[in-house]
Amino acid sequence: MLCLDYINKEEEVGLNFKKVWMIPTFATLAVFASACGGGGEEPGGSEESSGSEGSGEESAGQEGGGSGDIAIDGSSTVFPIMEAVSEEFQQEHGDIEAPVGVSGSGGGFERFIAGETDLSNASRPIEQEEEEALEEAGIEYTELELAYDGITVAVNTENDFVDNLTFEELSQIFADGSDAQNWSDIRDSWPEEPIDIYAPGTDSGTYDYFSEAVLEEGDINREAQLSEDDNVLVNGVAGSQNAIGFFGYAYYAENQDSLKAVPIVPEEDGNEGIEPSEETINDQSYPLARPLFTYVKNESLQQNEDVVEYVRFMNENAGSLAEEVGYVAAPEEVYEENAQKIDEVVNQ
Amino acid sequence: MKFANTTVPQEVQKENSPQLSKRQIWNKVFKGVCFTATAFSIAMLLILLVRIVTQGAGFLDWGLLTNFASRNAEDAGLLAALAGTIWLMLVTAPVSFILGVGTAVYLEEYAPRNKFTNLLQTNISNLAGVPSVVFGLLGLTIFNRLMGMGASVIAGGLTLSLLVLPIIVVASREAISAVPTDVKHASYAMGATKWQTIFRIVVPTALPGVLTGTILALSRAIGETAPILVLGALTYVASTPSNLFSNFTAMPVQIYNWTGRPQQEFQDIAAAGIIILLLMLLVMNSIAVFIRSKFQKRF
Repeated sequence: MLCLDYINKEEEVGLNFKKVWMIPTFATLAVFASACGGGGEEPGGSEESSGSEGSGEESAGQEGGGSGDIAIDGSSTVFPIMEAVSEEFQQEHGDIEAPVGVSGSGGGFERFIAGETDLSNASRPIEQEEEEALEEAGIEYTELELAYDGITVAVNTENDFVDNLTFEELSQIFADGSDAQNWSDIRDSWPEEPIDIYAPGTDSGTYDYFSEAVLEEGDINREAQLSEDDNVLVNGVAGSQNAIGFFGYAYYAENQDSLKAVPIVPEEDGNEGIEPSEETINDQSYPLARPLFTYVKNESLQQNEDVVEYVRFMNENAGSLAEEVGYVAAPEEVYEENAQKIDEVVNQ
Repeated sequence: MKFANTTVPQEVQKENSPQLSKRQIWNKVFKGVCFTATAFSIAMLLILLVRIVTQGAGFLDWGLLTNFASRNAEDAGLLAALAGTIWLMLVTAPVSFILGVGTAVYLEEYAPRNKFTNLLQTNISNLAGVPSVVFGLLGLTIFNRLMGMGASVIAGGLTLSLLVLPIIVVASREAISAVPTDVKHASYAMGATKWQTIFRIVVPTALPGVLTGTILALSRAIGETAPILVLGALTYVASTPSNLFSNFTAMPVQIYNWTGRPQQEFQDIAAAGIIILLLMLLVMNSIAVFIRSKFQKRF
């Protein structure tokens, strides 16, 4: 016992020195390991050169280590189109990389404002706050319409009574604080069954668009089942007889057998509902057709040849590629107008 | 129960029989509850596995491993994601192992037992329960923006290291504290210093436990989507990372993206991707089991 006590005391005395040493030793080891743990062939000191000054970090990815010549980020709705554009672009220009990120429309603009990206995709037009922040950061941009999507309102296939809906009725069904509980509260002839609501989550551009176009900026019914995953909404509506929900046109187009799209009566004129289809979305007669955008930084267009190349390629092919991934091409005039806008900025 | 039946003398058992049968019933009830709990979780696991395998097995092919992502599900592959995940692990594994084991050794062997270390220990355990998105935000602010690493492999790897660090610390501390004091005393008795004892006796003895904990922690890191998405990882890249500062995408990010697509074919290849991710996890976990059984010392 005595002996053990002695050892313990000795330890305590002898180790103050080592205790202090442990921390820096492990810290250095960690740094060392992190530097060479991954293969150690990084080009010298590239991390310090890019963006350590904060303000001057234009496209951090560009100098960060060779990959990511064009920085693209933004909406998950626009992502499939941009993925297709980048895929095709890289087949033609193998040396220029154009990776695409998904931070959401809002998250994309946040990075755009911070000067980290060349292109920012959005499923809604830029908001005033974002415009102001860009102005403050001294970033000029050009808005380009890429394609159209039609927000599709769908019900269960067994629902045989809903043959169209007006904006007012949509608002009655989806608005928060609305009194409508049953289908009979919307139209007297409809059955007295509770409405089962499915809607995209609050982070999505689809939610924002619907809230603005239908609910006058109001919130969506708190009892609605919200999901960021549109496939969950599709399954929800397909599985419940009294359900109604809305999502992007592609999700309806892929599931036409298990869903019934509701024709929407335009706000201003007519009593006839218009069903979402490629034609009605393309000519924008479908009331819930919305454009999908990308925002290009003017400075990148003027200083980076690769970006010019990419944006021109995108404008030429976005329409057909959008159709391939389930969206609807914009009318030809839109792309002509885009081409003019691009030329103007490049030649400035 | 057998024990009770064989050793309790007949008369005693008769005397206490109402009491005893009540206890036996409770015994059975409890056994039933435990069995149901186990059966429930195994059933869930089986349902998940069967669903994924039946959906995805038909879509497993080499193209899935050798192609980059594509808008056509038939051509789409996981190459960029697979490479990204491997690069992430090359950063995360050494960083989290060294920091985690270092912390555990310090806390177990050196730190004085006082209020501060207690506080530290409680906090480390609590850290293990912090939602992973929070670590993503931390990585975005510190590694990506403040330190100017961008959304690079190293920023992602360091973020994941922070995420799994608490798990490694807790597991390593358990393993280190399980090293018998006698063995340490024997080392001291041979004239070894504390440093020598730790490096030659304590750490090697605890290593199986430490490595098991580390590999399980890395298995968690491999499946995390939220923190690297928040960090700004890409979703479409048509190249594999070439160095620590390359942009990247990772397996769970790619799979998550595919499951959200409207086309059924993408959901099918997502299921195939999940099978590959599960296989990676299975391999890692079997390494953990192997290490534990192979190197475990018993005193």
